[in-house]
Amino acid sequence: MLSRRTFVAAGSAAASLAALGFPSMSFAKAATNRRFVFIIQRGAADGLHIVAPTGDPAYAGLRGDFAQDLAQGAKLGSFFTLHPALAETAKLYAAKQALFVHAVASPYRDRSHFDGQNVLETGGSGAYRLRDGWMNRLLGLLPADEAKALALSTTVPMALRGSHEVSSYAQSQMASPTDDLMARVSALYSTDQQLHGLWSAAIDTRTMAGDSMQGGGQNGAAIGALAAKMLGGDGARIAMIETNGWDTHSGQRARLNAQLRNLDQLVASLRAGLGPEWSNTLVVIATEFGRTAKPNGTGGTDHGQASAAMLLGGAVSGGRVVADWPGLSSAALYEGRDLKPTTDLDALIAAALAQHYGLDPARAMATLFPETRGTAFAQSLITA
Amino acid sequence: MLSSVIALNRFGLGARPGDQPPADPKQWLLRQFDRYEPRPQALAQVPSRTVVASQLADYIEEQRMAGQARRRQPASMTAAAMPQQADAKEVDPVKRYLRQNIRQNYLVMSSARLDSALASDSPFVERLVHFWANHFAVSVDKLPVIGLAGLLEFEAIRPHVLGKFSDMLLAVEQHPAMLVYLDQAQSIGPNSRGGQFAAMRGGKQRGLNENLAREIMELHTLGVRTGYSQADVTEFARALTGWTVGGIGRGPGARMLGNAPAGDFQFADLLHEPGDRTIMGKRYRQDGEAQARAVLMDLAASPATARHLATKLARHFAGDEPPPALVERLSRAYLASGGDLPSVCRALIESSEPWAPQPLKFKSPWDWSVSALRAIDATSIPAQAQAGLLKQLGQPTWQPGSPAGWDDIAASWAAPEALVLRVEAAQRIADSVGSSVDARALAEKLYPGSLSDATRTAIARAESPAEGLALLLVSPEFVRR
Repeated sequence: MLSRRTFVAAGSAAASLAALGFPSMSFAKAATNRRFVFIIQRGAADGLHIVAPTGDPAYAGLRGDFAQDLAQGAKLGSFFTLHPALAETAKLYAAKQALFVHAVASPYRDRSHFDGQNVLETGGSGAYRLRDGWMNRLLGLLPADEAKALALSTTVPMALRGSHEVSSYAQSQMASPTDDLMARVSALYSTDQQLHGLWSAAIDTRTMAGDSMQGGGQNGAAIGALAAKMLGGDGARIAMIETNGWDTHSGQRARLNAQLRNLDQLVASLRAGLGPEWSNTLVVIATEFGRTAKPNGTGGTDHGQASAAMLLGGAVSGGRVVADWPGLSSAALYEGRDLKPTTDLDALIAAALAQHYGLDPARAMATLFPETRGTAFAQSLITA
Repeated sequence: MLSSVIALNRFGLGARPGDQPPADPKQWLLRQFDRYEPRPQALAQVPSRTVVASQLADYIEEQRMAGQARRRQPASMTAAAMPQQADAKEVDPVKRYLRQNIRQNYLVMSSARLDSALASDSPFVERLVHFWANHFAVSVDKLPVIGLAGLLEFEAIRPHVLGKFSDMLLAVEQHPAMLVYLDQAQSIGPNSRGGQFAAMRGGKQRGLNENLAREIMELHTLGVRTGYSQADVTEFARALTGWTVGGIGRGPGARMLGNAPAGDFQFADLLHEPGDRTIMGKRYRQDGEAQARAVLMDLAASPATARHLATKLARHFAGDEPPPALVERLSRAYLASGGDLPSVCRALIESSEPWAPQPLKFKSPWDWSVSALRAIDATSIPAQAQAGLLKQLGQPTWQPGSPAGWDDIAASWAAPEALVLRVEAAQRIADSVGSSVDARALAEKLYPGSLSDATRTAIARAESPAEGLALLLVSPEFVRR
């Protein structure tokens, strides 16, 4: 069985750091500097178009004119190619700060966006089985000064919902209410349990953001800069950013190009904005499921199974693609149409966070993904 | 809350200062069935489908020509020249003019929707229109949908909101907005004459797209995880091939599809996958358009559909956790009446669950905006202002971003920042009214016998009439229904 698959992993920053004599404990102890950002790609991003397995013998025939996009992309070893719109991300890969994991999927095996996103965000084994999100449960594993999470949106996405307090922030172009009105609203809500909780969280976040936030935050660069600002200094330590528009049923080449350029800018401005804190940062980018291996009749792809996930940041032991590659031959495809999942996204996320925060891996897995009985992810993902 | 206040706020769209609390709340709701206007005065200025479709056709034609011009360049130049061309595209005056036109249609239509809600004397039925438009959501983040989204609500939802669900379903699935939004308009049966012809010519865009088929089953009718398989979705997608929009494509071959007027539903036999289809164990032997139509009628009559729709209605009127007994009752009313929507509404009104005295729902931004504007007796809001307000509050009209529509639970709307945005909006609305409204009197009028002491005191102690009004609009009573 194993011989039919190719295991792809090029270089290991962790190994080289160890060779230079850096004890892996020294940074883990200084845990208060750690930052974690989860970027969700809503709509099912096509991993085969983003981290393309150009070395697979079936790839060119299967993907048709989609393959042309990859001609200019950065080579990730001999087997995979990164979409050229991810130019800044390619630089991170060259600096060993980007790790791509392929043929990865949550436990969800159907094709509904809404159920798939629910599984991705709750961390359950099926849709609507858990009532809170894995990011919220993560907060319970961290010391209080690290368990400060923020959603960069007006409302709190499912992954961050739960019993631990979370704030949300989006830029407003409206005139600010007067301080007097704000104070009176505080008094009016003081006896209403739900509104009081929400209002207190909002006031805290606004105090933190200060008054310098002006202008629109529509594009990736602005959102990345905003996230960096909110994660700087004594602000939040954990953030979730939502990106939409990955459901490319038609015109995929042009749409994905624009989507990826925006994502690339987001990552680049987050990195620039965080400055030295970038070295303590882990960014995980993942989607609810992948898309059909073969393009459909309208220049797009339909809902599929496995996709690609990205681990970015100065804390990441990158410069590699990790994949237990299932192959693209029609016999190898899931139900004859989709990339077959061979790596558990749950296990990947749990391992990355356990290593990032110096948590017991088994406890992290049991808390974040209590229903998943996937294989543990043994690889080293974080540098120190 | 008294039941008269519940009728006005939970079933309706919020009281206006002149509205008398109904003496018989149930009768007041039922009588709206007779008063309801499918095409009220507020919609008089809405551009016709022909106008919208021909603007869209011009735009698509413009894009096609530009695409052809690009393709004529040598391949080596294309990649290098891409960024400049992207810039050139932005400043192309023809394209910009057409884009603005399409955007203008959206503004006129979203304004008309709000004005109709503000003026309505049948606010319960108006709420049902919004409910069904969200059930059959399209989203204007796809350019061709921008000008068409409003027409879906005005042409396919409004006329059928007090009719049969199956009629609404058919009208929606044959509407250009839906056909374009879920990619059905371009889906081609691989073995159809059109598919075979394109295959011979080596054309790039040929084949099946299963997007609409899947969302009809998952979102519009049966509901997710109700027993249909991937094979059923694909078979349904094959049955749907040929369902397209007339007169929007103008390239060679477009006139071969048929001669329906621009923007009208077009069945193109040329694109229809020939043969019988088997969906959920049933064989469909019909020819042409009738095949997918027969599937739709069966889907509308399915008990799974009844349960799906009943659950959503119960959630909308009786709380985020729909009471199972209410779902069961609505579901039975649906099946017993053959999907007659007024019968389902009567079962809703006659049930006890939606009349619980404590607030059951946190208002969505749309709900809150409509009720706030009704509270100050606004009748017409400038197009840009209403679009800006709803966008800032997080619910731009017809832009839920996905075919699932907007969520209908508090967790999706009750968030810290969302609350601050409401306070900001309340202050702006209150400032626009100035001191002309006495919020103390207005509060008693809108919530007779149902106002809390905390809210009454806060309004009374406000430093200005406008601040008092802003506090009323964000009070615990007002942000819920």
